[in-house]
Amino acid sequence: MSALARAAAEGTVLAPTGSSLVLALVVGVLFATGTYLLLQRPLTRVLIGLALLTHAANLLLLVAGGLSGAAPFIGDDGSVPERMADPLPQAMALTAIVISFAVSALLLAVAYRSYALTRDDVVQDDPEDSRIAHHVEEGPS
Amino acid sequence: MLAVLAAHAGLAVLAGLLAPRLGPRAFYVAALAPLSGVVLALAAAPDVLAGRAWGREVPWVPGLDLTVALRLDALSLLMLVLVSGVGTLIFLYCASYADRDSPLVRFAATLTAFAGAMVGLVLADDVILLYVFWEATTITSYLLVGLSDEDRTARRAAMQALLITTLGGLAMLLGLIVLAQQAGTTRLSEIVAEPPSGALVTAALLLVLLGALTKSAQVPFHPWLPAAMAAPTPVSAYLHAAAMVKAGVYLVARLAPGFAELSWWRPLLVSVGIATMLLGGWRSLRQHDLKSLMAYSTVSQLGFLTAVAAWGSAESAVAAALLLLAHGFAKAALFLTVGAVDHAAHTRDLRLLDGLGRRMPVLAVAATVAALSLGGVPLLLGFIAKEEVYTAFAEAEGTFATVALAGLVLGSVLTLGYAGRFLWGAFAGRPQPSGAEDLDAVPAGERAVAAQDVHAPGAGLVAPVVVLAAAAVALGVLPALLDPLVSAVAAPYPGAGEPVHLALWHGVTPALLLSVLTLALGVALVAARRRWGLLQRSVGRVLPQALDADRTYDAAVYGLDSAADVVTGRTQSGSLPRYLGVIALSATLLPLGGLALRGADLAPGVIVDRPVQIGVGVVIALAALAAARTSSRFAAVLMLGGVGYGVAALYVLQGAPDLALTQFLVETLSVVIFLLVLRLLPRRFPVQTRRSRLRRAAVAVTVGVGMTVLTLAATSVRVRPSVAEEFVARSKPEGGGLNVVNVILVDFRGLDTLGEITVVLIAALGMSSLVLTLRRGRPGADGPHDAVRREEPEVRAP
Repeated sequence: MSALARAAAEGTVLAPTGSSLVLALVVGVLFATGTYLLLQRPLTRVLIGLALLTHAANLLLLVAGGLSGAAPFIGDDGSVPERMADPLPQAMALTAIVISFAVSALLLAVAYRSYALTRDDVVQDDPEDSRIAHHVEEGPS
Repeated sequence: MLAVLAAHAGLAVLAGLLAPRLGPRAFYVAALAPLSGVVLALAAAPDVLAGRAWGREVPWVPGLDLTVALRLDALSLLMLVLVSGVGTLIFLYCASYADRDSPLVRFAATLTAFAGAMVGLVLADDVILLYVFWEATTITSYLLVGLSDEDRTARRAAMQALLITTLGGLAMLLGLIVLAQQAGTTRLSEIVAEPPSGALVTAALLLVLLGALTKSAQVPFHPWLPAAMAAPTPVSAYLHAAAMVKAGVYLVARLAPGFAELSWWRPLLVSVGIATMLLGGWRSLRQHDLKSLMAYSTVSQLGFLTAVAAWGSAESAVAAALLLLAHGFAKAALFLTVGAVDHAAHTRDLRLLDGLGRRMPVLAVAATVAALSLGGVPLLLGFIAKEEVYTAFAEAEGTFATVALAGLVLGSVLTLGYAGRFLWGAFAGRPQPSGAEDLDAVPAGERAVAAQDVHAPGAGLVAPVVVLAAAAVALGVLPALLDPLVSAVAAPYPGAGEPVHLALWHGVTPALLLSVLTLALGVALVAARRRWGLLQRSVGRVLPQALDADRTYDAAVYGLDSAADVVTGRTQSGSLPRYLGVIALSATLLPLGGLALRGADLAPGVIVDRPVQIGVGVVIALAALAAARTSSRFAAVLMLGGVGYGVAALYVLQGAPDLALTQFLVETLSVVIFLLVLRLLPRRFPVQTRRSRLRRAAVAVTVGVGMTVLTLAATSVRVRPSVAEEFVARSKPEGGGLNVVNVILVDFRGLDTLGEITVVLIAALGMSSLVLTLRRGRPGADGPHDAVRREEPEVRAP
């Protein structure tokens, strides 16, 4: 067994687990502002809210992975830096960043189309649903 | 057994296909289906009566432990005789009864399918299979009751039958599953042989019995049965007399050997049964429509059967078996009589039928035999059955048995009363109008249908009735023919010993005296027909209308509809922000609730990892708040960019340079695309009211605080070291790369990346179609459509 594998088996390679209060607060602020914008009617605001939520979620992934550490690179000689940041959450967050970029772009196209059709990008109430709600207020026929 | 089921399925299709060509004669072909059931019964009888049940198992869904397990024991054999034997006669009757213009395809196919479902029901040994066939009879019954779908009454009746019996059916499914779980087997025969016990079993049984009681139209679920008389008469004869409504009784009889000794079983079921019997008999005596009279009579007899089957002793099992047969034969015969009378006179109102007996003597005699068998008159099968019932209850110990016996005697008196009323109504001449008030006199403005006005019913309508009546006579005179069958049915019950010997004459026993009493009172009731009618009317006026179960049903359905309306209206407001708010709150509060129940260490590991994080964090927070507050689209997008770059900086600090790099790239691209689109949109967001702002802010703060707590908890609940240790170790030797994140992306978790690329591709397709369609559709734009239009040759008038 190589020195590297042994070190890995003993669990001494990675940065220690544990949370940082400051980062947890940043996550909270991003979730709050993101949710606030998500609940708006203009599609652009919803979109910005979604982007903020994405940042929040990615940071959460990373924070959950442990404390900060050295970049997860292995030296040419196979040496591993001490206290390496956990690479798995990074890989997941990377995937998430790209996907959310694609989704944002698609939603922007929807906003653009909505604007082109209605001269506005405000989400209207679903007419079918409002009809039901209205029907109930009037009393069943 | 499988072949018989397959025959039903195949003939259902075939009868449907042949009906347009053959007309009503398609029923002759379809009759082969129940006939195959009769053949099965005959073939299996020697083995089954000797105590060797036939069994057959075919794997169905092995992964779920579902098996098509069929079992033909004595009780199943008895039911099979009813379902297929009476069924064959009814199919033959249908061939003469059905008009060419009735929806024959549906009629023939559905009736055959129903017969198959019913055979499956009585043969099923697996509880899930039982449920499947059970609901199959419900659905086919729904279709048959609603056969004349232009008729509003028929549609309502079909819906009512469906709602009530599926309500019971679903409860039953739940009960059966729990029962099977507790017993550790899904085989009905094994569950009954070694019954489980406990509170859960009691609950499960109550649910199963709810299914049985709704199916067999017991109080308070009975109203669907009289309403279901909107079905064609042969359907009523089959479904609502001989077969389907017996399914509940069958299930009670199935379970009784295992569970009748439970303390609540007898008081509950026998009381319900007797209440149903009395109510049905009472109502039956007030009907003018012969078919409604029969319907309430069936309700009453089903109550009788439930009470006897539920008693669950070896003696009562014999009685229940006889009663099942006697009632099946007699009631089917009487329903078919109603159909024949209706066919001839075009009315079923007994006030209008005047002396038809002279015109159709054979039918009248056969119907009389059937009605008397129903009433339990000696020399007929019904008498033997009733004698056995009285014996079983008279010999049982305890006050409850005595009370129950009194109820049964009273119910039997009513039975004789309405049997007499039926005969008098259908065949006797109308009395000369006298001064006394008679509720059964010809109503003002109507003209009675006299014997000379009607044509005699054809042989096809009379023969099945005669066969059924003959069976009642033959078995009534020679009851010993049934000894092996009833002995075998009673065998599973505790206390079943030597074989049963049925006989016409047992000597002067308490049962005989009770029979005499019943007969005397019954005859008196028929004789005092007019005065009894007036008495019932006065009593009916006194009773509150709330007792009318049909009204309760209507109120329940209406209430359910309005409740659904209100709930839908409230929850489905159509507002996207409201929906998202509910989702966001649930996504936060539910995990927090779980956390609160479980408890978690929320103390952070460190206040801050690297001091610079504080500065970057403050910048991100400020930019995010500004993005949320600003009313300018442009500013909002710039602030979002700020947050993105800040987050990228945090990635660097955390030790994730790859992430930071990607984030920088993506953020830059996003801002550029955003600005491209924003060029078109209004500069400012629409103004929102203070109230909606506050509401949104409240949700947002809740989510933010909740997520902070969850973030802290997420790190403290970790129990295992990261799997990344292994990734690091294998990265160079196996992945051939030094950047561990890259190796994970393209190698260890390569499928994730494939999925990611797919998402990007689909999003790109969606975007291009959204944007390009728009450009093409815009009026005046030089899109391909306009080019085509310009090239269209003009049509000129010659």
